[in-house]
Amino acid sequence: MSDVILDVKNLKKYFKTSRGLLHAVDNVSFTLERGKTLGVVGESGCGKSTTGRAILRLIEPTSGEVWFEGTDLTTLSERDMRMKRRELQMIFQDPYASLDPRRTVKQAIEEPLKYNKIITDKYDRDDRTVELMHTVGLAERLINTYPHELDGGRLQRIGIARALALNPKLIVCDEPVSALDVSIQAQILNLLEELQEKMGLTYIFITHDLAVVNHFADEIAVMYLGQIIEKAEAEELFDNPMHPYTQALLSAIPVTQTDDRPQRIILKGEISSPIDPPDACRFAPRCIYATDECRASDPAFREMSPGHFVACHRCRQVGKGANEA
Amino acid sequence: MNQESLLEIEHLTVRFEVDGDVIRAVNDVSLSVSEGRTLGLVGESGAGKTTTALAALHLIQQPPGIIEEQSRIRVCGKDILNMNQRELSRTRGADISMIFQDPMTSLNPVFTVADQIAESIYAHVDCTKKEAYERALNMLEIVGIPRDRASEYPHQFSGGMKQRVVIAIALACNPKVLIADEPTTALDVTIQAQVIDLMKTLKQKYRTGMILITHDLGIVADICDDVAVMYAGRIIEQGTLREVFNHTLHPYTEGLFNSLPDIKNRKAKLIPIPGLMPDPSNLPEGCAFAPRCRYATEECRKTLPVLQPFEGTHQTACLAYSRPGEDFVLERNRAK
Repeated sequence: MSDVILDVKNLKKYFKTSRGLLHAVDNVSFTLERGKTLGVVGESGCGKSTTGRAILRLIEPTSGEVWFEGTDLTTLSERDMRMKRRELQMIFQDPYASLDPRRTVKQAIEEPLKYNKIITDKYDRDDRTVELMHTVGLAERLINTYPHELDGGRLQRIGIARALALNPKLIVCDEPVSALDVSIQAQILNLLEELQEKMGLTYIFITHDLAVVNHFADEIAVMYLGQIIEKAEAEELFDNPMHPYTQALLSAIPVTQTDDRPQRIILKGEISSPIDPPDACRFAPRCIYATDECRASDPAFREMSPGHFVACHRCRQVGKGANEA
Repeated sequence: MNQESLLEIEHLTVRFEVDGDVIRAVNDVSLSVSEGRTLGLVGESGAGKTTTALAALHLIQQPPGIIEEQSRIRVCGKDILNMNQRELSRTRGADISMIFQDPMTSLNPVFTVADQIAESIYAHVDCTKKEAYERALNMLEIVGIPRDRASEYPHQFSGGMKQRVVIAIALACNPKVLIADEPTTALDVTIQAQVIDLMKTLKQKYRTGMILITHDLGIVADICDDVAVMYAGRIIEQGTLREVFNHTLHPYTEGLFNSLPDIKNRKAKLIPIPGLMPDPSNLPEGCAFAPRCRYATEECRKTLPVLQPFEGTHQTACLAYSRPGEDFVLERNRAK
């Protein structure tokens, strides 16, 4: 726990809706060491993207603290936050939607340099743009092309170049490869890995793809209905999942082997409503192990073995459930 | 293939002519599906999977699409490409049905889900509207939606539930062939597992012949009996699931496997396929995969490989296997 770059404490984001308070992110806490990758996984609507955005204050958190290198980001003025955001960048899911169709590759990549007045000289900026294109593996000849002329993989490289332009320390990657074909997906994952090694970047990697997160992350946090329900080192989480939801999630990963296929745990029903959730385990309605206790109180997030946290009343009993399969 | 084929596609070739460009979407594709079998049609976006599927229902817009003359498609023995409009509407839905990728956009927002299922039954089966509605309720139960949700509208359902409704519509008239175009891509993993489970049950219970279009090799391994891999509009490898997955022959198929993160070995380096799929309006002269292939030679860039039979039903289109004096084995198979 030597070099903590990010320490998130009790982060909450509630949205007011006509039917009540929607608990999008509910009491999320974690720490992240410099140079590491935290994978955040969960199904759509579980609050993983909202968590990423609330950390960067792209949406204002309802309450909680976000300590980044000794500064609580939630206390910064808007102006100071804008300065700080140079160090915290984001890569978005859909490279087709996150770039302005009327701007060339050059304009897109130099925009953050221009806007933040990092490099004011036009020619120096050109040099830096070309340098960034090299870094992310874009051919220089593409400098004056428009997004519609490029494929998804190249567009995502532009998104990465933009994020790198200001030499950030932390990058929130929100489903950066979900929109890409597998062969291209591997290219982008390898690029992100190289960049991390070269520049000492820290990543929060948000995804629904467990195979990808297993490959990519050092630590994994599993979210369900706004809460982190299990967190551990990637290897530990995959070898020894304790929460029944994590077990089901892992068993649902499609694997390519044709024989000895693992037994799937098929969950009944669907994610329940995040609006005014009751004081109970949110997974209980779908959980085969649920008891009255689970329906009566929300389980605490406890450390079951060093570094392995679980929020489940019955995880001692559930324990090795997945390994039987 | 001794069983009778429900769907037979032979030499299907489809091109689109747009603004003077000729896009060769599907080139000489042949495949067949028999009763109770599921064929996985695999490939990246733009490989021609969906165009092949749409052609099987004769749903390609003409123009701009042109189905070339040598193409033959038989659905339950009938030539679908030469049917009139009346015959077509009778065949679609009854003999062959399709599930589209996005359940959010393939339902009509202003009709209840049961009405949408009943509509398809009423159109194809000789029955009263009331009987059709009653059958629609049964269909809902088969796909695991409680009857009391029958009078709800699509927006009241989640993505997984909507996909079940779409499946119910496709299956309402008990089609002999079902084409599912990325049926689970828009769904979360646990919901995806539910839908795949449902499709497996249907296949066993009703012996439906299926084509499953997907880019997810894990899903293919889960549910398919046969596999055809497409690249740039051509089938480049074809065979049973075990043949293609365990004795891979084509370098592109190998590349697909190498690009996937391995759950068992988390630190294994991903080996991406370099470059991009060629533009279908400007296909290279030789093998379309040659520019990205680590085994390619000068000959590959000049000569177009055709599907060659190997053991069993396994076929692949790769020149490396016919190089004189060389016993070519893919890297993937060397370790074994």
